[in-house]
Amino acid sequence: MDFLFEVGLEEVPARMIAGAMDELVRRVRGLLERERLAGEGFGVRGYSTPRRLAVVVTGVAGRQEDLREEVMGPAVKIAYKDGVAGPAAVAFARKNGVSVEELKVVETAKGEYVSATSLKEGRVAGEVLAEGLPKELAGIYWAKNMYWRAGKPERFVRPVKWLVALLGGDVVPVEFGGVTAGAVSFGHRVLFGAGPVKVTAAGYVEEMAAAFVRVDVEVRRQFIRKALDRVCRGLDGCRWREDHGLVDKMTHLTEWPSVIAGGFESAYLTLPEEVLVTVMRDHQNYFAVERGGVLAAHFLAVLNTVADEAGEAVIRHGNERVLRARFNDARFFWEFDQRVSLEDRVELLEKVTFQKELGSYAAKSGRVRRLANELGVMVAGRGTAVDLAGLEVAARLCKTDLTAELVKEFTELQGVVGGLYARAQGLGETAAAAINDQYKPVAMEDGVARTTEGALLAIADKADTIAGMFGLGMEPTGSKDPFALRRAANGVVKTLAETAVPLGLGEIARHACGEDEGLVRKLEVFFAERLEFYLREAKGQAYDVVKAVLAVGADDVRDAVARAEAVTAVRGSGDFEAVSAAFKRMKNILAQAGEKGMVAAAQLDVAMLTDGAELALAEKAAEVKPEVARLRGSGDYRGALELIAGLRGAVDGFFEAVMVMDADAAVRGNRLALLERVLGDFGGIADFGEIVVAG
Amino acid sequence: MVASEKKALTFQELLFALQRFWAERGCVLQQGYDTEMGAGTMSPDTFLRVLGPKPVRIAYAQPSRRPADGRYGENPNRLFRHTQMQVILKPPPENVQELYLQSLEALGIDLRQHDLKFEEDNWEWPVGGAWGVGWQVMLDGLEITQFTYFQQCGGMDLDPICGEITYGLERIAGFLQDVDSIYDIVWARGPEGDVTYGDMRLGEEEQFSSYGFDYADVGSLWKHLELYEAECLGLLEKAKGFSEMGGLELRRFPVLGAYELALKCSQLFNLLDARGAISVTERVGVMGRIRTLVVGVAKAYAAQGELVGESFGRIASGGEGQ
Repeated sequence: MDFLFEVGLEEVPARMIAGAMDELVRRVRGLLERERLAGEGFGVRGYSTPRRLAVVVTGVAGRQEDLREEVMGPAVKIAYKDGVAGPAAVAFARKNGVSVEELKVVETAKGEYVSATSLKEGRVAGEVLAEGLPKELAGIYWAKNMYWRAGKPERFVRPVKWLVALLGGDVVPVEFGGVTAGAVSFGHRVLFGAGPVKVTAAGYVEEMAAAFVRVDVEVRRQFIRKALDRVCRGLDGCRWREDHGLVDKMTHLTEWPSVIAGGFESAYLTLPEEVLVTVMRDHQNYFAVERGGVLAAHFLAVLNTVADEAGEAVIRHGNERVLRARFNDARFFWEFDQRVSLEDRVELLEKVTFQKELGSYAAKSGRVRRLANELGVMVAGRGTAVDLAGLEVAARLCKTDLTAELVKEFTELQGVVGGLYARAQGLGETAAAAINDQYKPVAMEDGVARTTEGALLAIADKADTIAGMFGLGMEPTGSKDPFALRRAANGVVKTLAETAVPLGLGEIARHACGEDEGLVRKLEVFFAERLEFYLREAKGQAYDVVKAVLAVGADDVRDAVARAEAVTAVRGSGDFEAVSAAFKRMKNILAQAGEKGMVAAAQLDVAMLTDGAELALAEKAAEVKPEVARLRGSGDYRGALELIAGLRGAVDGFFEAVMVMDADAAVRGNRLALLERVLGDFGGIADFGEIVVAG
Repeated sequence: MVASEKKALTFQELLFALQRFWAERGCVLQQGYDTEMGAGTMSPDTFLRVLGPKPVRIAYAQPSRRPADGRYGENPNRLFRHTQMQVILKPPPENVQELYLQSLEALGIDLRQHDLKFEEDNWEWPVGGAWGVGWQVMLDGLEITQFTYFQQCGGMDLDPICGEITYGLERIAGFLQDVDSIYDIVWARGPEGDVTYGDMRLGEEEQFSSYGFDYADVGSLWKHLELYEAECLGLLEKAKGFSEMGGLELRRFPVLGAYELALKCSQLFNLLDARGAISVTERVGVMGRIRTLVVGVAKAYAAQGELVGESFGRIASGGEGQ
């Protein structure tokens, strides 16, 4: 049988729909599988619009199979008196739906017990669904929910308006939120109106389409993309700016989308593109349009309706009117802000608090300026070109845009506005770009600063915030990170990983913290955690590889990334796995020896190596060592690891033939020294002992 | 553009139309409250009436003052004082969204010729310990209404909850009349020609912007704030003795007066803020003080209502739909 389940809602927030739909699919599938109702051709498919979540299930079994199970009852000596069934036996038989004669006796470790074969009759699917679905609905996670009925019987994202539950054409009376399921849905508010829509599981998509609702999310998304393309073709030589996030948002804001183009006076194009695009995208949900890479005086709006030509003209006119007012505001603020230069805003920062104990933004700028300069000097000393004067200007002025009206209006443009003003005020491209990029990367998906100076400023700003907050004991705990310090540290790690700025995490921590050694240590640990997060989440490295790599060094981010990638590249090979296993064994032997107070010889004495296998290992190790070192030095970790994997034969031979823990202390000490040398010479890329070997 | 064949509603006709619409659906029409405040939500007709179990249907247009939004009358889209048409429905009728859409039709807006979206927009007034979930209603890209399901007020869960519809009258009038400046909105059609929003209000915008940004005496504002705060706290202190009061004394105890004092404090805070007299550090502290007043009043109001019973001052609905 097939099953249609639809939950009709008042408009669900766009950001929550996709997750909720997936969860509903998972929950319905889980319920049916758990309840043994997944039959031939079982499949669950999710649909959603702002006003509904739905699943269509195929292959639902009409009824659960009966279950026979053995149930243990009372001890025989309690159940029977002189071979006659007593009250305990009668009660047990009744409880399990069998007659007393059907009871059996089984032998257990604790003696003889009564048992019954109980037959659990399968329930019909409708009954199971009516009972199970309300619980599944109630369990759906919402980032923010509400209650609406008196007495607060349930919480959900928005009030439930209707339910549809049709199993093979019959209504299943599922109840949730004071609503009992029926057989009718509702269509688009305006295009279809308030009338009921008769739906079926097999025809759901088409039946809803006839009521002006495109229920399939991907179909709606593609429809919007194509409509954007099509409408854009009407704008001579223009293309719309790809914006996956906005396409996604509009997909979840519409039931029956269409697209219109609008325009604005080209005079507004003198405003910076960043401002125009922010207004259009973030405040109006419009797609920006460009011609030859340059912003054009058009926009595309996604509607939740389709109008005739006259209607489109009205809608276009309305949207243009709103955008004009928004652009006017932006222009007003831009011009107003130019009355006070960024330099003159430095003293205004005295009045803007960064954090109560850490002082004003003027104080913060001072610290960032010092730190950025120190890091800049170090980087310059390592041969990376840095415009220290430009960095200085950027660091001094980086927070001044917080006093600008345009930033108060469009807070998401902080930094960007500062960069634009720096350029407009002739402060140099280096400073402008660095100010612009100071908050980068804002998130893991965001790009890093484009220039060395920008990267240094971004690192200094974030490291200063982290050091300051840690110094106040406000470090993140568990799921609580109110000052987004993890994100800040992720930004430092990502910047070091994805730029050529030659700095170690440890020295950044030291320069940010000053004299406080305890604080430096805390920051190092925090950075190492974030590096681990970066390797796993951003680079997709396996848990054991990350652990192995970080065990031998967590300071140089780019080096750690390269080592992790090399280990991942070779880990599948049999030789590498064998060597990893052997290295782990070496570590264990050394650890056990240490526990027993057995020490390795201070120096490996080759002359004392008598066994052929141990001699072979020593020779092989000595032979490949210089080449491994050379490859490592040149950053060819993969080449080095492949050579190390080539030790397999010698290592395997050693463990087959040689007993490390020899009774003779001198022999034993020398063998332990050999193991130490092998681990020392070849363990620098990763601690192979951490690698989890399959089987 | 919207009503090319017939003349668009004037500002006052817009108000009439909404009042008539909601009156016909059982709302009591109330006048805007006569103490200055930042939003219609802060009126006792919303903030206090949402408390307690008694059903309420009430609608009123509340002048809302936001000193920091003043632009000396130079900005065509921003006002120091604007008008919020507030509709309070406790409990919200099941078809409250549909009723709202019908109210737009009542303004002459043919929804088939427009694009309408309900976009998530949750409301929060931390100073009032109040929050709700809801939407901003977007009509052709213009936010014309805030729609909120109140969940908490004065830090207390509401049961039943309350639906709140807040229409931005200037925005809607500008949209209906298709003007680019608020000051060009036709307020009324008089015997000597049209009276515009500018005719009625420009001078006020100019002078109150000056007052808020340039003239208001910071020292006096702080003093006023302290005086109002002290008096309000004094009343709240006395309100702790509800259980010892006789019936009449309890009924007459001025919790509503205490609320006005709290509103005065809130407005003084906004003025000080516009004047640039509150540092970010101080800000949190002063907001905390006002929160103590507002939440304190809400709790006292709820307690008083419970003790006195429902006979007292809590006018409910005028008619249907209880």
